[in-house]
Amino acid sequence: MNELEISRRGIKWMMALLVAAISTFTNGAAQSQEATARPTATEIMEKSNRAFYYQGNDMKVDVTMDLLTADRKKQSRVLTMLRRNESLGGNQKYFLYFHEPADVRRITFMVWKYPEKEDDRWIYVPAVDLVRRIAASDARSSFVGSDFTYEDISGRDVGLDTHQLLTEDKVGDRDCYVVESVPKESIGYVKRISWVDKTTFLPLKEEYYDLQKELVRMFSADKIEEVTIGEGDERKTVPTVTRRTMKNIKTGHRTEVTFTSVSYNIGLGDNIFTERYLRRPPKEAMR
Amino acid sequence: MIRPGTIRAWLVIWIAAVATAPVAGGISDEKTDGSFSSKLPIETHGFYEIRGGYRLQNDKYEKDTSILENRLQLDLSSYQDWGDLKFKGDFIGDLVEEEGDFDLREANVFARPADYMDVKVGRQILTWGTGDLIFINDLFPKDWESFFIGRDSEYLKAPSDAAKISLFGDWANLDIAFTPQFDPDRFITGRRISYWNSNLGRTAGQDAIVHTDKPNDWFGDSEVAARIYKNIDNYELALYGYQGYWKSPGGQNAAMTQATFPDLNVYGASLRGAVVKGIGNLEAGYYESVDDRSGKDPLVNNSEMRYLAGYTQEIARDFTVGLQYYVEYMLDFGAYKSNLPSGPARDRDRHVTTLRLTKLLMNQNLRCSLFTYYCPSDEDVYMRPNVNYNVSDNLAVEAGGNIFFGDYPNTFFGQFRDNTNVYLGLRYSF
Repeated sequence: MNELEISRRGIKWMMALLVAAISTFTNGAAQSQEATARPTATEIMEKSNRAFYYQGNDMKVDVTMDLLTADRKKQSRVLTMLRRNESLGGNQKYFLYFHEPADVRRITFMVWKYPEKEDDRWIYVPAVDLVRRIAASDARSSFVGSDFTYEDISGRDVGLDTHQLLTEDKVGDRDCYVVESVPKESIGYVKRISWVDKTTFLPLKEEYYDLQKELVRMFSADKIEEVTIGEGDERKTVPTVTRRTMKNIKTGHRTEVTFTSVSYNIGLGDNIFTERYLRRPPKEAMR
Repeated sequence: MIRPGTIRAWLVIWIAAVATAPVAGGISDEKTDGSFSSKLPIETHGFYEIRGGYRLQNDKYEKDTSILENRLQLDLSSYQDWGDLKFKGDFIGDLVEEEGDFDLREANVFARPADYMDVKVGRQILTWGTGDLIFINDLFPKDWESFFIGRDSEYLKAPSDAAKISLFGDWANLDIAFTPQFDPDRFITGRRISYWNSNLGRTAGQDAIVHTDKPNDWFGDSEVAARIYKNIDNYELALYGYQGYWKSPGGQNAAMTQATFPDLNVYGASLRGAVVKGIGNLEAGYYESVDDRSGKDPLVNNSEMRYLAGYTQEIARDFTVGLQYYVEYMLDFGAYKSNLPSGPARDRDRHVTTLRLTKLLMNQNLRCSLFTYYCPSDEDVYMRPNVNYNVSDNLAVEAGGNIFFGDYPNTFFGQFRDNTNVYLGLRYSF
């Protein structure tokens, strides 16, 4: 090996190092640029889904649903809802205990929700001590006669729609992403436009368009409260939609939902979501 | 229906339990300052209902008015730290029978004494099994009279005076219901519904009320029902056992003057789970007629196998269809036939298909349903149309019918053809 050979090698090495350094630097710059850039529409909707349906490991809430006809005739449903996440963005279990009205009082309702397949649903009718499995293939069915569908209550898998970021907009004083979601399979509506808060990722407004491409339903988050989770250093607050409305534009029928006594991470066991507690609800739900 | 002594005993037990409960008593509406969950010890609910119905044809043996009654149900619950108390009873002004009555539906204590155990003792409604208005392994009492005259379908389930103990484990769960004194069905006696009387060889009713010789001893004439169940990947598998008596008369005494409730053991199994886009269920039971194991005794029901397959699916929004196929297969049919004293022999098999159609309309305030039993082997039909409308959260109106068709006067549903009726009801809940 002569001197020339050595110096050539040295240059090669230096070149290689330089290239590596530059590429590392530019990559890093690209990455950091990406971090401040807009997330994709799908990322927004995934974050929104988690912020809206998956907060905490579990949740307990008292729910009042007021069903109002166009001529302001009112009916009310009052229930306690327990929810437990099996995994973030994945399977969930729901337990509903009805307090009002009389014809559904003390009925319990349990849902095992899977993003990738049909839910399993059970209902228990205490007057006849009957546990029934519910054949529910239509997630777009109305939930207890309200303007909300089952899917609105427990969430729609983000992968079922194609999402496109349309623009940015404000709802009140909140900056929002505006995302159009088109169902991949034909269902009751052709598209949904969501106004997703840029900071909290909660949906502040949604519009549903029917097969005639006319606005048919409109969702609004009317009140958002900070709910505290955990203690000490673990303590954080979770923005939670505590009042929401779904309005059917065509019929004028609307449903106003109020959440009270929201609590997260109360330590609901998996055993709560079984036939045992369906037949005799846990105290958490009945009181 | 029930002896006044029993009612008094239950009332005393219940009141004593509430009075000794560690929280001050007092009846109050559960709704306090906007919060629905009661802070007060007793929740009071119930309903007031009027219901009237009419036979669509003349029945020689029964009144034209199939049902005409006022009913006030009081439903009291108290949730204590150690357990829950429940009292539910109906005060009935019955204008068909021209009498007042009290039907105690529930009076029980529920407790969760251990992580793995639930206990409910007292008068209670018990149900298990997978059938829809068809029961194989559910041997808890039914009220067929209420069912046929057009009371709310919840009255098909009659109460049991029982202790139910439930044990929960990783491997499986176990329910045991012990009824110290046999609770028969509220079966067709001829009082309100005319029926085929095989001894007379004709339809009969109030002229031939069925008299029974019922096993009646506390603890001596008891029933035990058990269920072991497990959820495997959301398929619900259950095994059942029952030791007791035929719940409706299953035989006669030698003089043929009284109907009897011969000994019966039942062993069965069921499976229920998601199938295609709906829910499927399978259930079977072996009815061992202990007093006539050979099948030769014409005065006692033979043993049977019973099978059920069902499927339910929501085929359009708020429109659900349920189908079932049910078979009763008589064992020792040869012995039955050769020992039959007189009269027509029944078929060995009884096949029943059912179809349930339910449609919800007007924000689910209007429910239209039709449940039909069709029995191709007996060539008879029983249809239960019903329309229920919630006028408001408290007020509901209802109209329906019990429609029987049959070519023969002695088949299961055909015998009731003169009882075809329609009814109207109005219920105010509080």
